[in-house]
Formats: sequence, structure tokens, C-alpha cells
Amino acid sequence: MRLLASLLFAVGLILAAAPARAEITADAAAKLASGDYDKIIVGIELVANSGDPRAIAIIQALSDGKLLAGRGDTLTIEESDGTLSDAVTGAALDAKPAEAKAIRLNNKVRRSLAAMLGRLNLIDADPARRRAAAEAVFKSRDKDSLAAIDAALAKEQDSGVRLSLAAAHAAIILTDSTTGDADKVAAVAVIAERGGQDAKGLLASLSDLSPQVQAAVTDAIGIIDTNLLAWSAVQAVYYGISLGSVLLLAAIGLAITFGVMGVINMAHGEMVMLGAYTTFVVQEVIRQNIPGLFDYSLIFAVPLAFLVAGAVGMAIERTMIRFLYGRPLETLLMTFGLSLMLQQAIRTLFGASNREVGNPSWMSGSFDLGGLSLTYSRLYIILFAIAVFVALMLVLKRTALGLQMRAVTQNRRMAASMGIRTNWVDSFTFGIGSGVAGIAGVALSQIDNVSPNLGQGYIIDSFMVVVFGGVGNLWGTLVGALSLGIVNKLLEPFAGAVLGKIIVLVVLVLFIQRRPRGLFPIKGRFVDS
Amino acid sequence: MIARKLAGQQHSLALLVVAGLLGLAALIVVLHLALPADSAFYISSYAVALIGKYLCFALLALAVDLVWGYVGILSLGHGAFFALGGYAMGMYLMRQIGTRGVYGDPILPDFMVFLNWKELPWYWFGFDQFWFAFIMIMAAPGLLAFVFGYLAFRSRVTGVYLSIITQAMTFALLLAFFRNDMGFGGNNGLTDFKDLLGFSLAEDATRAGLLFASAVVLALGFIACWAIAHSRLGKVLVAIRDAESRTRFIGYRVEQYKVLIFTLSAIMAGVAGALYVPQVSIINPSEFAPTNSIEAVVWVAVGGRGTLFGAILGGILVNFGKTLLTNALPELWLFALGGLFIVVTLFMPKGLVGTAPAALAWVKGRLHRAKPGPARPSEAGE
Repeated sequence: MRLLASLLFAVGLILAAAPARAEITADAAAKLASGDYDKIIVGIELVANSGDPRAIAIIQALSDGKLLAGRGDTLTIEESDGTLSDAVTGAALDAKPAEAKAIRLNNKVRRSLAAMLGRLNLIDADPARRRAAAEAVFKSRDKDSLAAIDAALAKEQDSGVRLSLAAAHAAIILTDSTTGDADKVAAVAVIAERGGQDAKGLLASLSDLSPQVQAAVTDAIGIIDTNLLAWSAVQAVYYGISLGSVLLLAAIGLAITFGVMGVINMAHGEMVMLGAYTTFVVQEVIRQNIPGLFDYSLIFAVPLAFLVAGAVGMAIERTMIRFLYGRPLETLLMTFGLSLMLQQAIRTLFGASNREVGNPSWMSGSFDLGGLSLTYSRLYIILFAIAVFVALMLVLKRTALGLQMRAVTQNRRMAASMGIRTNWVDSFTFGIGSGVAGIAGVALSQIDNVSPNLGQGYIIDSFMVVVFGGVGNLWGTLVGALSLGIVNKLLEPFAGAVLGKIIVLVVLVLFIQRRPRGLFPIKGRFVDS
Repeated sequence: MIARKLAGQQHSLALLVVAGLLGLAALIVVLHLALPADSAFYISSYAVALIGKYLCFALLALAVDLVWGYVGILSLGHGAFFALGGYAMGMYLMRQIGTRGVYGDPILPDFMVFLNWKELPWYWFGFDQFWFAFIMIMAAPGLLAFVFGYLAFRSRVTGVYLSIITQAMTFALLLAFFRNDMGFGGNNGLTDFKDLLGFSLAEDATRAGLLFASAVVLALGFIACWAIAHSRLGKVLVAIRDAESRTRFIGYRVEQYKVLIFTLSAIMAGVAGALYVPQVSIINPSEFAPTNSIEAVVWVAVGGRGTLFGAILGGILVNFGKTLLTNALPELWLFALGGLFIVVTLFMPKGLVGTAPAALAWVKGRLHRAKPGPARPSEAGE
């Protein structure tokens, strides 16, 4: 029966290849509407082999339970939103035909449907669907699909889909005990070229092979393993860069307040949190008033988060921190108290539970690169971190404020003598550092839970990054963040996430003891504080 | 020697503190055990456990004051030493459960049976003996502090850098103890304790005894710190605090002094943790949370840094306030604690002990001035 079906199908393919005026016959429609399962199966084959462009929609609808059969063997597709269309012609309908009911299926019919759908997809117009169908055959290794695969392979143009089809072909050859050794060795080579965990699993599961084939299989597994390792290293590095860019975002504001000004701001994490909550509020306002702009909400959130966190930072600096300059330990304690109050304030205002911040559509989804699947959100955060870093560098090196900031940090009294209002420069510097933390909050809201504890999770890491990279040096912060991120992710496969983090912390603590001024210390003489 | 020191005129305050501590503890024990439950002066088991807990926190505060107040090392990791001492005691208490656990295994604690472990990890051996546990209560935090301090002080990590790496240390330990494979009960920690040295922990008398023991240990810790602070050693420590480089150039080995005091202080914190665990009946990784360590610093700051007596006062007062506030208005506690940090650092850098006399004198001065009559020169340093 199945052999017959595939024969029929092969014939169908040939027919489809010719620009035939193929159409779904009344007979096929009658079989589908018959209510008899065996007849329905025949009907499915007739439709599938008809070569009609509507065939795939009909079979898909049948498989989803959306195909209705009515009096006079009319076939209607009812979408889940209630819109109706004639199955054969595709014309929209206003009302259901008389006695239209969903066609009932049993498991046998469903199996037939799945196989037919797979084969139809192999010749779909969309390369992604063709490829998915080929991958499905690669996994099922269904011998009956061999003819369809070969037929599709013969006229496939897309190289990626060809590789998948060839792999599916090879997988069927390999698992078929009747094929010869030469064919099998060739098939092993194809599978090795495909690579990946599935291919390795397939090769490892083979048994009862001749020595010649077995040797080829062992070699192929070796090749696949090497490739897998290489890709996983690349993947780890990418994840590391991604984590590093998150750390960079969280730490770069701290590099300003702690690194440049020497103020220990334990409430820095809460500035990040304020940024994340600003994003939440912006999204809520947009969702309720102008839903069409939702995709652009982050563009509004970034400057607002900068202003909110920066204003809070400046207020803190003016009212409290400036009284504690030169007393770093007291500053540490005071700002820690502040962080507790900010957390509790947010908890009182927004509740203790996580708040949902949505991803705009352009940030969701992923793309494939070689053996990797990379999400857009991570990619955008990496780019965003670089942009923030460059912008901050420009502010420090190219603006009057940046010049004054550097002057005040290098020699406060001299700067004051030159007419720089050091108080205001302090205040603005702290505001910029806090504002950048707020911007980091916008990015973090996309990948982390927005809760009052958001900032706490980053504060120790951020300090580590700044201290590791060298206080007062933005480039050091960049290198520090990226190397910490990458080391963390490279350790993870061997040590596990928690142990990896512990190892990094211990190594950092040892590192700080060897080089207390970090990787890139500022050169010059400093008075022992 | 200590007795001679205490007998001296200038040490009357220390004597007063020790006597007050022991006297109050004894009074509480008597009121708890001897009076009927309906008497107006009866102290409930709940209050006894609470006061016992405060005394342990006061001992931790004392340990923090010794390093922060006298040597200027702001440790944000003393909670780790406290927790390590607590875990050592908890391991002893776990082994005392024996077959009374849920699974009734004579050797393995319940959580190990639950994790399907077959035998006791090597580091659990010996904890069925109290003397061994007693040594470990001091050795575990002491050793960690010694190694950590040796590495840090030798390479002259000071100030906020030291604070941050001590915080990283306790954070790393927090993460480590959350892991089930560590063999310390994962995030549930150690609990379900039954008895200590043969005394049931459910008994009122045992709890009262623990409270009294805490008071005695606190008094001993106070005497030890007092003796250190008023010895030649103490003067060197203050010199290190105020001018580290100068002390080094005079010829003192600053690192050695720092390591010594840091280790001693860690041992005190460990003992505090060990006394704390049987009174609250549980020890879990949250004790390692960086917040706990910073809270301990604030107790000292509130009481008055570098006064010893202030640390005890701060430890007890702040925690008493925490109990009151978390019962009445739980959401206000963090505001209050955060506010405390800010008020103390901005307005009362000397803490209660340092500020109260000046404040009293100021109030007195105002009263005298307000009174009509012959003008008298004010004694207060306004």
C-alpha cells in the first residue's frame, strides 16, 4: 500500500514537474468528504498527487482539523479566526455550506497525512520549508520517502536545501540493510559533511556494519566531533561577548563614578534598576495610548532612562555624597543604605514581583550562522554596548565637559584655579555615570527579569570588572568586561554555571591581590590614600 | 593580668559592661524559668530565643568593631565567618540527630539520604564529637581569614578594594553553599536539630542556658577585645588605622598585625555563629548574603565605631528595632535600615556612644542658658 503510494507520488512529482493544468478532481473531493477512513486516505493521495497548488493548503487544513465537508461534497476551509474559503478554488465564502462539518480523522489517516505533508513540503516554493521537510526525513529515515527525496534532489537549486536533501538520502541508505558497502561509505561521507549532534547520533546508532563501513563511520564521527567542538568554542565565545557586553553596560557607569571620581556607589545597581523600570513605564504608556509605536518604545526609553537615573544620581550627589568626599568607607555604607531604600521604594510603588517588559518585534527571533543559532536580542545588546562605550569616550575626549571632568580628576585644585566650577563638574560627572547606568537598565530589561532586585545581581560583578580593568580607565573596563564574560562562558561547560562563577570570583580576588591597580593602571605617582 | 587591668580605675566602664551583661542575662534566665507563665514579669520562650539571638549578633558586631574600629579594615565579609562557625555547629547538631531523622539513617543526615548519597563525605568525619566541632567552629573561619588576610594584606590591598573583595568572598561562598554537591544541604541548609551535648533543644532550660552561655561568651569576647585595645598591641593597631605607611616606616610589620587581628576577629564571628545556630534551629546559605555582613557593619556604626561597648549596644538596639518594625510594618524595615545607614554616616560619624554625651552636654548647655540668673560658662563643647 505504502509502496504503491510512493510510486503514485513519484508519478505525481513527474506530473507536477511538467507545467500541467493540474487540478483537484471531483472524485478526490468526494473521497475526502466520504467519511470513510480508507477512502479519505485514497483521497489524500489523489489531492497530493494532483499537482494543484491548492493541494498543500487542503492537506494542511485537513491535518489541522479545519477542513469542513458539506452537502454535495463541497470542501471548505475554516480558519481559527472564523474566515471561510472554498478549499478547491480558494475563493472566500460568506457562510458555511449546508451541513458542513469538520472531517474526522483516525491515527491511520493522520500518519498518511504527515507523510504526504512532508513530501509536499519537499517541493514547496519556500526553501526554508523544503529544508525543514528534508530535515524531518533525515530524522525519520522513512524508506518510502526515498523516491521523493531523490526526485526533489534532482531539481533542487538551493545549495543549503541540497545538503539537507543529500543528508536525508544518505541517512536512508545507511539505515537500509539492503544497500551495498560502497553506497554506504559514500553516504557516511555525506553525513560527516552535514555534521551536528544529530549526524553523530545517527552514525553512533548504526550496527551490523562491514569493517570497511565501520572504519568510515569511526573517521566520520571523529570529524564531526572536531567540528562540534570548534563550533561550541565559537558559540561560547559569542555568549561570552554577549555576557561581557552586559557586564560592560552595567560597569561602564561605575567606571565613571568609581573609576574617574573615586566615589564608591553601592547604589549603582539601583540606577540600572531605575532604567529598567523607566522602560517598563514607557512601554505601559505606549501600550495604552499609542499601541502602534510599541516597536519603537525602546527608542523613547533610552533618553528617558538616562534622564531619570541621571537626575536621581545628581540629586544624591548634591544632597549626600558631596559631604563624604575623601571618606570612601563612609560613602560605601551610605550608598548601600541608599540602595536599600531605592529598592524598597520601587517595591512599594510597583510591587515585589517581576514586571513584564516586552521585546519589540525587531529584537525577537534568531538567525543561523554556520552551526550556531544567534538571537537578535543578544546581537543588538552587543551593538548597543559598543555604541554606549563609543559615545561615552567621545563625551570624555571631545567635549568641554569631558575636558573639565578629566582636569578635575587629575588635579582638583589646579582645575579650580583655572576657573572650573569643580562642584558642578562633580555633580555632572556623577549624573552621567548614573545616567549611563540607567541606559544599561533599558538593555537589561530585554534579557533579565525586571524586579526590584535587578541591580543587586550586577553590583558585585560590576565592581569586579572596574577593579580588574584598572580604575580610572575606560578601555580597561572594556577589556575587563569582555574577558570576564568570555572566561565565564568558556568555563561553564566544564564547571557548570555556579562553579564557573565561583572560580572566576576566586581568581579575581587572587588577581587583585597580585595587581591591586588592575590590568591597566594609570601611570603616575599617587599619594597613598 | 586581665583581672588587674579590670581592677584599675579607668576600667570601671568595662567592669560595668561585663557585670551588666551577666547580671541581665542571669535575671532573664531566672524570670524565664522560675516564674509561672501568667506572671507579669515572666519572659516567654520566644523572647528568650530573641534575646539570645541579639547577644550573638552583638558578639559579631564586636568582632567587626575590632577590625574596623581599631585597625581600619572595613570587612564586608564577616557574615561569612559567622556562617562558617554556624555551619560547623550545625554539622555537629546534624550528627547528633542519629536515627531520629525522617529516614532514620544512623549516620547520614536526611538531606544526604534524600540525594541518594551512600557514605558520609570526608569533611563530615569527626563532627559527631563535640570537641572536634568546637575546634572546627574556630578553625574554619580562622583559617579562611588567615589565608585571605595573608594574601590580601601582604600585597597591601587596603580601603575600599579590601571591602569589595571581602564582599566577593562572601558572595562566592554564598553561591558555593547553595550547591547541593557541596554536601552542606544546598539551599535548605541544616535544620531539624534535636539536642546539644545531650540537652534537648526544645527544652526551656536548654534555651535559657544557651542565652546565658551567649552572654558569658560575649562578656569574655568583650574582655579580650578590651584587653587588646588597651595594650601596647592596641596602640600599634590604632597607629596602623590612622597612618599605615608611617607605622610601617617606623618598623612595625603592619601585615602581621593585620592578619593577627583579622583572624582573631573571624574566630569571634565564628563562635557567634555557632551560638546563634542552636538558638534559631537552622543554618542556611542566606547567612552568607553580602547584605548580612553590611548590616553587621551598620550595627557597629550606629553604636559607635572603635568603642567596643558601642558595638554591643548597636548590635542589640538595631536588631531590637528590626524585630519591632518587621512585626509591625514589614515594608518599612528596609527604609529604616537604609535611612539608618545615611543618618549615621552623615550626621553621627561617632555613633551613639560618641554622639550621646555631646548631645547631652549640648542639651544641658541650652537649659542652663535658658534659665534666668547669673551667667555660667558652659562646659559643653559646642
